[in-house]
Amino acid sequence: MSEREAERVEIPEEVVEFLVESNENLDRLDQDLVALETNPDDKDRISSIFRTVHTIKGTCGFLGFSRLESVAHVGENLLSKIRDGVFTLDSQRTDALLEMVDVVRGYLAEVAATGGEGVREYPELIAKLQSLVEEEADDGGETAEPQAQAVSENAFIFPAVKKDTPQKTTSKLRTGDDKEVDSGNPSLNKTQVSSTPSSEVPAPSDIKPVLSETSVRVDVSLLDNLMDLVGELVLARNQILQYTSKDASTALSATTQRLNLITSELQENVMKTRMQPIGTVLSKFPRVVRDLANACGKQVALELDGKDTELDRTIIEAIKDPLTHLIRNAVDHGIEIPQIRQQCGKEASGTLRISAYHESGYVNIEISDDGGGIDPLRIRDKAVEKGILQAELAPKLSDREAMSLIFAPGFSTAEKITNVSGRGVGMDVVKTNIEKIGGSIDVVSQVSKGTTFKIKIPLTLAIVPALIVSAADERYAIAQTSLIELLRLDREQIDLSVSVIEGRAILRLRGKLLPLVDLASLLELRSASETKELESINVVVVQGEHGPFGVLVDGVVDTQEIVVKPLGNQVKDVAVFSGATIMGDGRVALILDVGGLASTAALNSGEAHSGEAKETDLLEGESVETKTMLVVKAGETSRLAIPLDSIDRLEEFDVGEVEWAGAAPVVQYRGAIMPLLWLSSFLGANSSFDEAPTTYQVVVHSSSGRSVGVVVDDILDITEVSLEIDSYSARLGVLGSAVIAKKITEVVDLSVVVESFLSAYEGIGV
Amino acid sequence: MKTLTPLAASQYCSFRLGDLFLGISVEAVQEVIRTQVMTKVPLSDPCVSGLVNLRGQIVTALSLRRRFGMEPKYPKPPMNIVISNPDGAISLLVDEIGDVMTIEQDYFESVPETFDPRYKSLLEGVFKLDGSLLLLLNLEEAIRTSE
Repeated sequence: MSEREAERVEIPEEVVEFLVESNENLDRLDQDLVALETNPDDKDRISSIFRTVHTIKGTCGFLGFSRLESVAHVGENLLSKIRDGVFTLDSQRTDALLEMVDVVRGYLAEVAATGGEGVREYPELIAKLQSLVEEEADDGGETAEPQAQAVSENAFIFPAVKKDTPQKTTSKLRTGDDKEVDSGNPSLNKTQVSSTPSSEVPAPSDIKPVLSETSVRVDVSLLDNLMDLVGELVLARNQILQYTSKDASTALSATTQRLNLITSELQENVMKTRMQPIGTVLSKFPRVVRDLANACGKQVALELDGKDTELDRTIIEAIKDPLTHLIRNAVDHGIEIPQIRQQCGKEASGTLRISAYHESGYVNIEISDDGGGIDPLRIRDKAVEKGILQAELAPKLSDREAMSLIFAPGFSTAEKITNVSGRGVGMDVVKTNIEKIGGSIDVVSQVSKGTTFKIKIPLTLAIVPALIVSAADERYAIAQTSLIELLRLDREQIDLSVSVIEGRAILRLRGKLLPLVDLASLLELRSASETKELESINVVVVQGEHGPFGVLVDGVVDTQEIVVKPLGNQVKDVAVFSGATIMGDGRVALILDVGGLASTAALNSGEAHSGEAKETDLLEGESVETKTMLVVKAGETSRLAIPLDSIDRLEEFDVGEVEWAGAAPVVQYRGAIMPLLWLSSFLGANSSFDEAPTTYQVVVHSSSGRSVGVVVDDILDITEVSLEIDSYSARLGVLGSAVIAKKITEVVDLSVVVESFLSAYEGIGV
Repeated sequence: MKTLTPLAASQYCSFRLGDLFLGISVEAVQEVIRTQVMTKVPLSDPCVSGLVNLRGQIVTALSLRRRFGMEPKYPKPPMNIVISNPDGAISLLVDEIGDVMTIEQDYFESVPETFDPRYKSLLEGVFKLDGSLLLLLNLEEAIRTSE
């Protein structure tokens, strides 16, 4: 129904204008009707609704859309009685009127697509509205003659419009959610059109100038162009600033300074023109919630907060569907039916609250209900039942982790599939859509208290704050959204805290192990061995989908607002990059994609280097949760994998450091005695060493305040593995096996191993 | 910098690549520019030479030498033929730029069967000119993303 579509079929301009305005008005009608149902005495609102329907009807007659006109006409008749206080707006009448709005919308869509109103007719709706019009008045009073009524309406509606408009016509034309303002301006243009047939109405020529001076309808593509040009200007400004900082006369540098300020201000203002209040989306929800609550037999009060919070219009478009989905979910699954609510000691009517607010360059949207909440136990059961989660893993997930399973593809806990939700598509789509625009979604829920979804989205897509880093003399940008912290390590610290295992580096940071991605060698700009020779390194710690990881870069150059430009088709499929930008010196810099970095780094690991393996890994990576595993050798033939998050540290001890406490081998470690356990013998295998080793590779795991050193024969690799573990193993301490780098690898449950060892160890009395 | 405005359909912008004399329709050409500072795109298709900033527009530069499987090094700084493309402008790097030629369709022939198979899919046909052959580049194929 957009203007663009309308233009495609070459619809006359006055019809296009009619469409745009009618659609705006209809959206408001939905809101007004729903609001009126709860507060039937709001005279201003009734008048506003009446005028909207009346203008649509009038213009339809003028443009020759007779079917549309006939529907609007009966609606208008009913509305006029409501306005005159003959009827009150009850839910039956609201339903009929809302249905009428939908039908009118359908006609308008047809007009937008084809230029004509189509051939569909709605005799049932017309009859229904007509019968409502002819009903006895609520107070048992006289039933007015519909025809006569309609005629008299025509006569006095226009003065009413005229009276309203001059003072209420403000520059707020674009907001669309302000009832006060709304009652005035949108009807105004229509008045002029519809005033043509009814000649006795005074032409509101004195009103028009006021309106056109305060606001102008502008094509969005023009704004996009402006935005691009300002982006260019910002770049040119940056270049000039660079030159003048080197050598400049006072006059030039003063002018440059002014140019700098003006450009910044211009950029800010142009960005503002693209901003719209989030209310344009939120205002659709009262209707959605009302219809849905009625369909489900529930009572829901919707509270909207922060409707004036502004966002770039492209983002507003992008969050419309995810938000609708969340709200439908909240009403359908979240809020209970009144009986159950009362049994739980809650009010019969549930509350759904949507609030939007700015926070440090982002917009947060919270959708919270006071319904039944999400039970993490039920989530686990469902996930296992649907094959999303392995049964053995279920009890190990924290409640928070379990909660995030609702975003997994194919997940739904709805006991019965309704036409509203529960088909198992949705939450994963919601998540992907929000992530697509650089946002994130989080869920917090308390059983029987309610659920809150928190969405965090950037203000705009076009310009983002970024960190500029260098690697092998090239510059790259990393969006600051995913940034956690920056570290600088000199030679000594590198030796202490970075271990390289089979070409995969790990960073020890405050007792945690962090996978480290060497940017320069990942991008094949230099070999990993050259990186080792660097005197100092910088690590950018970023938040990946499966936990934080470090990106090793040569230097951190700057933080900068960058203008994001899309990549061409030829380079689009390089997962590591999400776009490009132009730097102050006019050169192009690529923008790194954190998710792509993680997946590319994981793919390049171990033996999974052939194209075939790459492809299957990729496919799995899309749908299955992955975990980073340390692959070790323990015993002659066995390859074992240990989840990295169960490991506290990796250490190496000389054979000489091992002492004996009673019958048990121990080492002194961080001022305490740490018992050692040989993983190979624990699992009942022979050690793979032909001769006694000179050092031991030790994986340290801490459990209830005790550290245990698990001795492995060799550390082979660190790799990202999908969590698809076949579990037929009956051995203690083994979760099951997974295919890692095309080899069957047993996955060790370190906590089970250590706990059973500790109980035996304490048994021997040390 | 020379900007070529679109002329009649039978006008071709000619250029040299190795020992080949090639041409593309002038209507496809946005402009022709000299060698630009380029940003390499690691891990991309080897044919992608890099990204160029063309007055704020980011242009993907493709090495036609690599596309044709020739010695990848250009004998001198290459010329950029910028192609306007709905999915973002593309620049073809060529050895040397030639004249715009007006050629009648009568001179057109399909690619001879005996032609080097490496080149065949990249060509649309051949114009027989006096003393030389102008090979018409199959633009769609030349800028296609390799799988």
